[in-house]
Amino acid sequence: MTTDTADGVEAVGVAPAADPGFLQRHGTTIEYVLIPGAALVGALAVFGVFVALFGKNPLDLYFYMYQGAFGTWFSWQNTLARAAPLILTALCTALPAQLGMVIIGGEGALLIGALAATGAALALPSMPPLVVQLAMVCAGMIGGGSWIMLSGGLRQYRGVNETISSLLLVYIALAILNHLVEGVMRDPASLNKPSTREIGAANMIGSIPGTDVHWGLVFGLIAAVASYILIYHTVFGFAARVAGGNIRAAKIVGLGVGKLIMTICFLAGASAGLAGMVEVAAVQGRTNANLAAGYGFTGILVAFLARQNPLAIIPVAILLGGISASGGLLQRRLGLPDASVQVLQGIIFAFVLASDALYGRIGFLKGKS
Amino acid sequence: MIIGETPLPAGALGVDAVAMTMRFGDFVALDNVALKVRPGTFHALLGENGAGKSTLVKCIMGYYHPTEGDVLVGGREQAIANPKDAHALGLGMVYQHFTLVPAMTVAENLVLARDDVPAVLEWTKEKKQLAAFLARMPFKVPLDSRVSDISAGERQKCEILKQLYLKRRFLILDEPTSVLTPGEADEVLGMLRDMVLGGDLTILMITHKFREVMAFADEVTILRRGKLAGHGKVADLTPDNMARMMIGAEELTIQPARVGGVGEARLELDKLSALDDAGAIAVRGVSLAVRGGEIVGIAGVSGNGQRQLVEVLAGQREAESGEVRVAGDIYRASREEMRRHKMSLLPEEPLKNACVGGMSVADNIAFREFDRAPFASGGWWLNRTAFRDDAEKKIAQYKIKTRTPDTPISALSGGNVQRTVLARELGGDVEVLIAANPCFGLDFAAVAQIHAEIMAARNRGAAVLLVSEDLDELLELSDRLVVMFHGQFVYEARASEADLTEIGRHMAGH
Repeated sequence: MTTDTADGVEAVGVAPAADPGFLQRHGTTIEYVLIPGAALVGALAVFGVFVALFGKNPLDLYFYMYQGAFGTWFSWQNTLARAAPLILTALCTALPAQLGMVIIGGEGALLIGALAATGAALALPSMPPLVVQLAMVCAGMIGGGSWIMLSGGLRQYRGVNETISSLLLVYIALAILNHLVEGVMRDPASLNKPSTREIGAANMIGSIPGTDVHWGLVFGLIAAVASYILIYHTVFGFAARVAGGNIRAAKIVGLGVGKLIMTICFLAGASAGLAGMVEVAAVQGRTNANLAAGYGFTGILVAFLARQNPLAIIPVAILLGGISASGGLLQRRLGLPDASVQVLQGIIFAFVLASDALYGRIGFLKGKS
Repeated sequence: MIIGETPLPAGALGVDAVAMTMRFGDFVALDNVALKVRPGTFHALLGENGAGKSTLVKCIMGYYHPTEGDVLVGGREQAIANPKDAHALGLGMVYQHFTLVPAMTVAENLVLARDDVPAVLEWTKEKKQLAAFLARMPFKVPLDSRVSDISAGERQKCEILKQLYLKRRFLILDEPTSVLTPGEADEVLGMLRDMVLGGDLTILMITHKFREVMAFADEVTILRRGKLAGHGKVADLTPDNMARMMIGAEELTIQPARVGGVGEARLELDKLSALDDAGAIAVRGVSLAVRGGEIVGIAGVSGNGQRQLVEVLAGQREAESGEVRVAGDIYRASREEMRRHKMSLLPEEPLKNACVGGMSVADNIAFREFDRAPFASGGWWLNRTAFRDDAEKKIAQYKIKTRTPDTPISALSGGNVQRTVLARELGGDVEVLIAANPCFGLDFAAVAQIHAEIMAARNRGAAVLLVSEDLDELLELSDRLVVMFHGQFVYEARASEADLTEIGRHMAGH
């Protein structure tokens, strides 16, 4: 019944061009704030029930979460330091999403990036710190970028689903990391926890002056803003949005879809690889299994909550960074298990995915055109 | 049923729709429309897309509940709450697209359509009954063949037989001939007309083909923009009268006359083959040359490889073997080649094939040029002002009805989406134009504009390949006509000398 849909479409076309009103003009934007916001509130409410089952007062919970995340200057710094890698790993999901791809392997690119950055630092023992740091940035980005490019290549040239391949590549990355850290790259002095040698205190990237927040946050902010500009203001981003919006339309105007996929995947992986470099050069000082802390996976959550918008990733990453920063306080004050915040993250993810069905269905936001 | 109520009359049923109004929100799809279909007549319902034909029949069938108005079946008011009620009254509908299960046989499809299929089927008994039923019918269909193995014409007959088997006495046909060759269409409609004359059946046919209305219908009702535009006996009307009622006072773009000579071969296909999505061969080694200043039309029943052929030319599908040459150079549908040869593509279903629904009208207009000045500064930075200026110019020039250039294109009607694609594809110089069903489902104004644009491109010296399922369109526009059947070009003629029966025969593969 094709005529039927034509009827519906026609209805939009012939409507009088009256002023559609505030809600209709900004309905979509409001939706993008309202729906994830409601999902977050819903998830917090369910988490409150979860905590109540442990015999704790949910109101205490919310208070301590706020305290632990944003209550003091100290907790703000803790939050921001955690937000930095989240911004970068979220971009690893959000950039390919512009092309319609679902990449969930940021954790793997982070690990490979960390390994590559550590390798670069250890290979340049007597160079000035700035050179070493630059080499680490390049190595981390190239390492992570190539890793996600593998997923892109498998998708473009072999038709392998990029979601599955990127996830599986996480486990391969972890295995490579363990293999190297317990083998050729192992520092003989690391006995209980096999690690590489330290990159050296001089090569650490340090903190933003006047704070305890490392420079990784600035890297993240720059990467997010640059991604936004790339997607919305450049020829490359336009081509990517065409291909992501409708691959058939991209082909009919002759856009090289393969090149777009490979480039976007490289940039996405480079971003997560940079997160790995930051974790090594600003936090850990060496590579070991500690790096697999789940930043890559939380980044997926951040990207989805931000509706894959590179700028929206910044506040969402800070929010999620805050939730993870509050974990310690919850443990100390409420005696909740350490993994509680991961339960909360899981609940948030479930709510965010479920809330996806609501877009365009909220009655009072719908344009009556 | 109320006890003591007189039963519905036997034989053909009449249906009246009285003062039907249907609103969807603020939009009035039907405005006080009356339709009177007398029992035992063949009634045509004419109207452009969006005129409200589908809405009206859906109200009759119980898919929609009209805002106001009543339906009278056999002269009595009936509350039809859902399609089941309509079926119980003896009303049936045949849809434009097939509703048979392809993997099952015709007999299985017929029996399974019944409301009272028993848990265990006695096939010997059922088959005997089916054979007896078929003996009374004017159509013959192979009961034991799988639906996937029979032709489109036979499938359409099965759909109609299914309705008769279910004892429907008032049948609504929604553009029943859109997938048939002219010969098949005449056969099916002729048999239905005989049944109507026999007094067993009433038919209400939705159509936009005047030829079928003139040849088969007794009466006609015409809708325009949700309102009744006219009705009467077909014998008292001419196609011109009816067209005027359908279009109203709207002015149509005048098609330029065919002028200019034929030039060099611009687009050449050489033993081109392509597969369909399932990996079966769809285009079988076709060769063709289209010269500048010439429109070559490709006719054929849908599903004979035309879609795959166009997809190869559009870069949406890899050729399996053979080659395409444009102006003598091998062509692989890259952006650089499309640009160098000034190629334009008007694919079918433009929203699905040539637009990004979520992006704005201005963005969609810029798809071909966004990476060049003035749209891109320095080859990489998007210049939004240029997007907007160009869009505003083309929206005015191509009469695209959109609220703003920033409106997402998915909010536009089908005709305006196609106009947007026209503006993009024909806004610059064109040397090769490939169009596939460019007017499918569009209203008269849009069709006239698109035909005029295609003819104008030809007159400017472009090589045009026009693939269409609409023979009238092909005969009107083409210089040469090629018939495609089973992935091959089986017939070629000059359009001015082409014979409709001959073309129909080749479309059906005889």
